[in-house]
Amino acid sequence: MEQVSTTHRIASGSAVVRIPDTASLPVIETEAALRALLASLSGVDAVGAAARAAKLATRSLKQSTKRDALDLAISMVDLTTLEGADTPDRVRSLCAKAWRPDPADPSTPSAAAVCVYPDLVATAREALAGSAVAVASVATAFPSGRASLAVKLADVAEAVAAGADEVDMVIDRGAFLSGRLGQVFDEIVAVREACGTAHLKVILETGELVTLDAVRRASWLAMAARADFIKTSTGKVAVSATPPVALVMLEAARDFAEATGRVVGVKLAGGIRSAKEALRYLVVVNETAGALWLSPRYFRFGASSLLNDLLAQRTKQRRGVYVRPELFSGD
Amino acid sequence: MSERLGVRKTYKLVVNGAFPRSESGRSYEVRDAAGALLANAAQASRKDLRDAVRAARAAQPGWWGASAYNRGQVLYRVAEMAEARREELADQVVAAEGVERAHATATVERAIDRIVWFAGWTDKIAQVYGGTNPVAGPYFNFSIPTPSGVVGVVAPAEDSLLGLVETVMAPICAGNAVVVLASETRPIPAVLLGEMAATADLPAGVLNVLTGRLAELAPVLADHEDVDGLDLAGAGEMRADLAARGAGSIKRVLADDPRDPDAAALRRIRAFLETTTVWHTIGQ
Repeated sequence: MEQVSTTHRIASGSAVVRIPDTASLPVIETEAALRALLASLSGVDAVGAAARAAKLATRSLKQSTKRDALDLAISMVDLTTLEGADTPDRVRSLCAKAWRPDPADPSTPSAAAVCVYPDLVATAREALAGSAVAVASVATAFPSGRASLAVKLADVAEAVAAGADEVDMVIDRGAFLSGRLGQVFDEIVAVREACGTAHLKVILETGELVTLDAVRRASWLAMAARADFIKTSTGKVAVSATPPVALVMLEAARDFAEATGRVVGVKLAGGIRSAKEALRYLVVVNETAGALWLSPRYFRFGASSLLNDLLAQRTKQRRGVYVRPELFSGD
Repeated sequence: MSERLGVRKTYKLVVNGAFPRSESGRSYEVRDAAGALLANAAQASRKDLRDAVRAARAAQPGWWGASAYNRGQVLYRVAEMAEARREELADQVVAAEGVERAHATATVERAIDRIVWFAGWTDKIAQVYGGTNPVAGPYFNFSIPTPSGVVGVVAPAEDSLLGLVETVMAPICAGNAVVVLASETRPIPAVLLGEMAATADLPAGVLNVLTGRLAELAPVLADHEDVDGLDLAGAGEMRADLAARGAGSIKRVLADDPRDPDAAALRRIRAFLETTTVWHTIGQ
């Protein structure tokens, strides 16, 4: 309930989005139909997008709005560990952190989810029993996405069977960039089916898509294939989420919702480390997609160190003094 | 021929080895002893202070991790830089404090000598404040002085060069990183010292210089929980309040007058040291 009022206060003057009541998803049965859909999208004005994102970054949130925004951002964090050296104990401590980010202050909201590799889903599931924190798992040959469909589906099935609420899949960028759009679409559809009731987040890896035009087309492709979320990055390549990319993906989610009635979430991942950046992204969300997306249901940050900076800023707002970074547990 | 226009210098902050203007975009007028406009200086904000503390925290382990000999060499290099800019420093002391030229020159020379004095102390602190302790068991027991970490300095208001050198160099020579709030009315020597340090191989972030309003910055510095020590030499009437704020996060607080001879200076070094004691088994 508290979430609603929080969203409302930050969202004053947000973008107006008219979403039809009844969903009418585009019917795509052939690659030609998919190409026609993507060809109908206009090109992105890259300079304009960069300028718009830079302009929005100058907005400043103060006082109670800032406090609300920090709480909202904490509730949107997918606390992530995707290292080869991950251990069950590390995942358990991450789960404890996601559940109670600041044990010294019970009013701190929980994070949205923890995000781990499939083999650690069961550990996370167990550690989070009784909490509202979701378990997300990367799958489909993360992070490169270079495996056969059978291997990817087995990866997804394992994660879902272990209890993942959300699956973060990667698209095959090689296929997308060389124009095999139908293959990418079919893979997403197949993974969507393998997910069952689990939510599907589709990672576009925007750093490898290079142009904003490609980001817009990939976003639409993933949404048409019934992704629940579109996500920027794996965090494993040099360029991750950037404000212009976030702007373009949020525009795509908004336009898709207006055209089809289906609301798709957006997840930014990789390289977002400071509370200041996170709040700037919330401004972009509000001004681009509108208030509906200002909720963990439709907007997420995939991050690890970001959470501690959000907690430090939250504590600063409440106590009026700058705090030690060590006040909050490392991950 | 048109007359040449002078190039006026903007005195900026020194944070993390860079020279930013204040994040807030503010500046304030610095006046000389006679009341004439001397220069514009950056008026630091709370966020500049936060950035400076973050830079100091990041730089401190590397500075302490360098060998004591190396730290001495670097501080000596600061003295070399100051020696080369004696005239400029003396000009600023004359302007700020309204003293005779000869007096200012003597002050600058004394300040440079003090930097060398502190440079000499880096590899002697452990001998004076550390030692082996007698214990009733088959162990070696050592006590080793280690730096407190990040030290916030409120520089003396009047004695803009010599007092500054005393309060800043003492914690730095012991391996601390420093965030100094320069004298509000006479900030320029502090900025010059920061410039010299930046060109003397002192790692970025070990000495951060903020200029601006003391009443605005000092309480934030004293409250900042990631600051381990406070030297309140220039705090004046705010001293008791700042000390109480420092106590809120259990800081080491020093409130001496810096213009004392060497014995007091050793106290300044001692003020921001912790003691680490190590037990080591014998004969195994």
